[in-house]
Amino acid sequence: MKIKNYMKLTVPAKSVNESVIRSCTAAFAAQVDPTLEELSDLRSAVSEAVTNCIVHGYKDSEGEITVVLKLTADGWLYIKISDKGCGIEDIEQAMTPLFTTAPEGERAGLGFAVMEAFTDDLKVRSAVGKGTAVTMKKKLSGKYE
Amino acid sequence: MTVELISGDRHLTAVLVGELDHHTAAAARELIDARLERLTPPLLIIDMAGVSFMDSSGIGLILGRKRTAESYGGSVMIKNPSRPAEKVIRLAGLQELVIPEKAGGSPVSEKERKRK
Repeated sequence: MKIKNYMKLTVPAKSVNESVIRSCTAAFAAQVDPTLEELSDLRSAVSEAVTNCIVHGYKDSEGEITVVLKLTADGWLYIKISDKGCGIEDIEQAMTPLFTTAPEGERAGLGFAVMEAFTDDLKVRSAVGKGTAVTMKKKLSGKYE
Repeated sequence: MTVELISGDRHLTAVLVGELDHHTAAAARELIDARLERLTPPLLIIDMAGVSFMDSSGIGLILGRKRTAESYGGSVMIKNPSRPAEKVIRLAGLQELVIPEKAGGSPVSEKERKRK
């Protein structure tokens, strides 16, 4: 399906940018007129991915997060959120609900579970020492006009 | 996110208003814990009616306060979760912490629960 619109954002890995990125994502998605529920789910999924970059990828040190959004004519939104942080050694373990490497930071171990539940597709690619990229797809009920 | 803390007879209510994410959860945690550890109320009620956004950081906040309360024999309940908060609470399997609503839609107060 042809990409009708796209957006690319790069921000420093600061926690204040969690709300910046999810607001930008919701604003981008709003052009196909999705439901409020879909926008809410999208914001949660994006927020989890960005938080992972900050807390795990960069472990609260400096770095950049890049978000790429692509929208098709029939309302599919492709979201890629990537960092150049430490990477994930065991992706399967990282994606297991309730597993977390940061309990002292009160992380619930539910980030990937939220991304999975609130989008239609989730893929995680990671290389230790190089970084992690999370790709999500979400069908929005509106159409591009 | 704003946090309002209201001390009751045998409980402390934390009214959360705004977006609850990793960024805002840290300040909310400090505010609630300072009062919680000083007063050690038997029940902490987290009022989530005004939570306009929540991700799994909100679950971390709830479970962390539950741990703190349980460390001195207290407990935690969630009151009136907004739709975004309720969805994540359900995903985390924490529905049993939500104070059940009455037929009329308003939540059952602790007093009424004990009377039943």
